[in-house]
Amino acid sequence: MHAVRAFFMPVAPVTAAIAFAAAMFALFLALQGYPALAALGLVVEGAYGSVFAWQNTLSRAAPLMLTALCVALPARAGLVIIGGEGAFAVGALAAAVVPPALSGLPAPAVQLAMALAACAVGGGWIALSAWLRHARGINETISSLLLAYIAIAVFNFLVEGALRDPASLNKPSTLPLADSLMLGALPGLDVHWGLAWGVLCCVLAWCLTRRTVFGFAVGVVGGNPRAAAMAGLPVGRLILAACLLGGGAAGLAGMLEVAAVHGSANAAVLAGYGYAGILVSFAARHNPLGIVACALLVGGIGASGSLLQRRIDLPDAATLVLQGALFVALLAFETLNRKGGRRV
Amino acid sequence: MSEAGDGLALGSLLLALLGGALRVSTPFLFVSLGECITEKSGRINLGLEGILVLGAMCGYGASLLSGSPWLGVLAAGLSGLLMGLLHGLLCSLRKVNDIAVGIALMLFGTGLAFFLGKPLIQPQAPMLPALELGAWSDNAQVQSALRINVLLPLGLALALALRWGFSNSRWGLALRLVGDNAAAARALGYAVVPMRVGATAIGGFLAGIGGAFLSLHYPGSWNEGLSSGQGLMAVALVIFARWDPLRCALAALLFGAAGALGPALQSQGVTAGYYLFNAAPYVLTLALMAASWAPGRSLAGAPGELSLTQR
Repeated sequence: MHAVRAFFMPVAPVTAAIAFAAAMFALFLALQGYPALAALGLVVEGAYGSVFAWQNTLSRAAPLMLTALCVALPARAGLVIIGGEGAFAVGALAAAVVPPALSGLPAPAVQLAMALAACAVGGGWIALSAWLRHARGINETISSLLLAYIAIAVFNFLVEGALRDPASLNKPSTLPLADSLMLGALPGLDVHWGLAWGVLCCVLAWCLTRRTVFGFAVGVVGGNPRAAAMAGLPVGRLILAACLLGGGAAGLAGMLEVAAVHGSANAAVLAGYGYAGILVSFAARHNPLGIVACALLVGGIGASGSLLQRRIDLPDAATLVLQGALFVALLAFETLNRKGGRRV
Repeated sequence: MSEAGDGLALGSLLLALLGGALRVSTPFLFVSLGECITEKSGRINLGLEGILVLGAMCGYGASLLSGSPWLGVLAAGLSGLLMGLLHGLLCSLRKVNDIAVGIALMLFGTGLAFFLGKPLIQPQAPMLPALELGAWSDNAQVQSALRINVLLPLGLALALALRWGFSNSRWGLALRLVGDNAAAARALGYAVVPMRVGATAIGGFLAGIGGAFLSLHYPGSWNEGLSSGQGLMAVALVIFARWDPLRCALAALLFGAAGALGPALQSQGVTAGYYLFNAAPYVLTLALMAASWAPGRSLAGAPGELSLTQR
């Protein structure tokens, strides 16, 4: 009985919030004369209704798991980072820069170098916010989002300038990856390898935060940084490490989008996974295993967009409205949660 | 190029920056004044970015439907008021964090604006009128630099009024007490939560008006890339201005000038780093925050109850 309650206590407010957000979304559509119930049905059908829908959902969930870690790991250390889109952008850039520089090497080595470079620059980008917070006392929420805008500006500057493939006329892109460098589909599925990487990173992040001394120390810093400093913990280094790992995950997501979906870095790569990852992480209460489930939920909403557009002519921003309503409802329903007093 | 030519180019560059400061600063001004009121009450609203975008869409739509840009401004303000009210009420719930709700409303407001604004991308709505302060000059550049919008003087007057009101009016003093020490305010009989909700709603109203400027004056159309972080920069700007409305106005002008750097250089023929120059306001914001927000230094003027400056 106790175990059942322990499981349902945190899940109940989330379920209530999902129901409430769906109701609000339906009301919003009904007020404008759209068939509201049909729309809700189409969201479910477009997300989970067929093999194709599942493949679409899983492909979208993969980068979301990684960008959500960019929120969840720093949150464990008490930081509210919302600039994952920036780490995603520089990660995608790094993945596009590496292959021409390593043209002679075998494909797996180049892929590994791409992934490592993306993790390094993505991690560094978010760690910059952590450093600004620790050394200068600058609020990391604002600095990380400003850095995201700067990263996107740098991305556009390089893709349209120094790194542009002269052959990409109407759609400025970097040099296309060789076919041998592309990450293929998982065996037996039509979903790329990014899904495996996303799940693996979430499991690793869960083990790291819940089962290691390092994770415990980060949690102490997140609970009370002053007490952690008094206990002799290196607060600055722990914050920095949490942000390095989180940013590295988002950078890897950028690399996967380039190497598994788009084949080069261009404007289409920046499709808002960094921002949707914020919602995923908050919905999962920053629990890495919960992120896997919530990424399927939010990825599913995104995947249903084209079906909503085709069947009942909803604008493509409909999925954004539903995501936004879900986010607001999740935070509001947190007030029903009797346990878990963390105010993040 | 000759030296005389360089001098001329520099002169017109400076003129373009001045023009930019007068032209682009208005949304920063309104959002930062609104956020200033909200933060004085002890709450922070990061959702202003979403409110700005939603206000731009509502203002444009209302101007298009009614034919009056001023009704558009009012509609934008009201949409902001509702969003501010939502933020204020949600944050009054137990265990709900104002920064997190702000992030959520940022995404929600943007989504709502994109959804409802789809039919508004093509048609042309009536614009707000401009004031020709440069009519005395024969120089076309001076004339265009001094062509300001009617909302700018309104915003500047509002900054002066707020500056006076925060330190001299009964209402302003009560608001500051609520933001500095909720327990003391409660002991004196002030209703802390309603005052905070009201301050957030008024802040949202002003941010909505800032959005109406974007769609009804400059750049003067509705599209989805209308605001890229201006609402958020205004939040940082309030901190830099140390919660002083007059300094908010000065900082807003500075941000306007920084935002005009890219287009100004482009009109001079410098096109190489267009995207990088567009990042100038973000870099400026970070640099200003780093300069004004050192650890160990007390943040003079910071409301005591503000979660943003604690820890």
